[in-house]
Amino acid sequence: MDATIFGAWVATGLTLLIFSFLYKDTPLFKFAEHLYVGVSIGYTIVKTYDTVILHLIIKPIVENGEFALLIPVAIGMLMLTRYVPKAAWMSRYAFAFIVGMGSGLAIPRTISSFILKQVEDTVRPLLSMAGPDGLTFSMNLLNPASNLNAIIILLGVSSVLFYFFFSIEHSGAGKAVARTGIMFLMISFGAGFGYTVMARMSLLIGRLTDLIEFSDASYGRPTIWLALLTIGALVFISRRTKPASPEV
Amino acid sequence: MIFLRRQLPLLITLITGLLFAAQYYVPHPASEQMLTSATKWMQIVGGFALILGVTSLFHQHAVKIKRQEAGWGYSFVLYVGMLGTIAVGLWANGKESVEGAMTAFGWVYNFMMVPLQGTMFAILAFFIASAAYRSFRARSREAAVLLVAAVIVMMGRVPLGEYLIPLSGDVSSWILNVLNSSVRRAILIGISLGAIALSFKIIFGVERSYLGGGKE
Repeated sequence: MDATIFGAWVATGLTLLIFSFLYKDTPLFKFAEHLYVGVSIGYTIVKTYDTVILHLIIKPIVENGEFALLIPVAIGMLMLTRYVPKAAWMSRYAFAFIVGMGSGLAIPRTISSFILKQVEDTVRPLLSMAGPDGLTFSMNLLNPASNLNAIIILLGVSSVLFYFFFSIEHSGAGKAVARTGIMFLMISFGAGFGYTVMARMSLLIGRLTDLIEFSDASYGRPTIWLALLTIGALVFISRRTKPASPEV
Repeated sequence: MIFLRRQLPLLITLITGLLFAAQYYVPHPASEQMLTSATKWMQIVGGFALILGVTSLFHQHAVKIKRQEAGWGYSFVLYVGMLGTIAVGLWANGKESVEGAMTAFGWVYNFMMVPLQGTMFAILAFFIASAAYRSFRARSREAAVLLVAAVIVMMGRVPLGEYLIPLSGDVSSWILNVLNSSVRRAILIGISLGAIALSFKIIFGVERSYLGGGKE
């Protein structure tokens, strides 16, 4: 059998086993779920071995004599002392190095990229210069850089930041600002939800497209045969499962 | 011994933290080189962290199989999937294709991992829709705003939505690019301030939980 045709049967079978969860949590789904975890871990191990062990450690040391790379190897090995209770404290050196380095790298970069840059993009001119005549105010909502949108963004950022600022009581004018912040947050959560749903729908369409493609005679119609088999298995499982005895 | 077990790790954190914070302000080639090397070092140490995680998983499922606990057969499936993928991956030298031809490792990726991963995330579409049906009742003004924003964004992302409500595409873009980005920006600023405060606490030894418990 051709590898692609066999692959089509396997891919279809696994897709249907995962879809069986829409009926209920059955052994079919559990099988596919555990297989997914196993294959994913195996894939990650192979990729890490190829990228880290081969290309970052062995090749540079053997081909270029970069023996300094033995230092991170030693630090990494220290992590494994976690398995030796008496020497487990040595793993702290590895964690101290990683955490210290990560913290050091984060401070200036976070200030630069995530605070100053974001503030700079928020505090934009509320009016624009248009030729020699003077100032204009663009109201085009579809252009994120328009003056009206600049005001809306400034309002949104300020009110949301204020909403999360609990050092003063949200009463009077503060309450109105905080409520504006809540409204912005709700719109953002709604937009995030809608966006996520559509992304998942896109994945679903992708899987259904594959199932339709694999229902073709050139593949031996795995979608039809395996769908019948899965439905049969689900019927068999549901009949075998005894109903729970009523509580007394 | 207290120095080696408790104080030296804190000293390592302090020195590496200050060194790499200072690196940003020194635009010298040697400083850039240090950053490049350190990034490589982090990747290598990260590889060992993976060993730590994977051996823990190996151990957990091995115990389940050995004791034949409930669902041990699934642990066996996990083992078979993992060892099988590792075997074909090493056989193919970690490459999915060689000169355009798919390897066995590529086959595992294309016909097992991609469908499993895609379907696993795709079924979330049903659960999100079901959760939305149950919880998306416009009980308050805030909930109504959330619902309306979600519906507009969903309508604006598909041709049918734009056909039914012609303005939905533009309104959806405006919500995502202006209203949503202003909230994301505010949240990002807040998170960043917190991250900086935490980084300072770690570097100066105020926050020590990353060292774990155990003996001093």
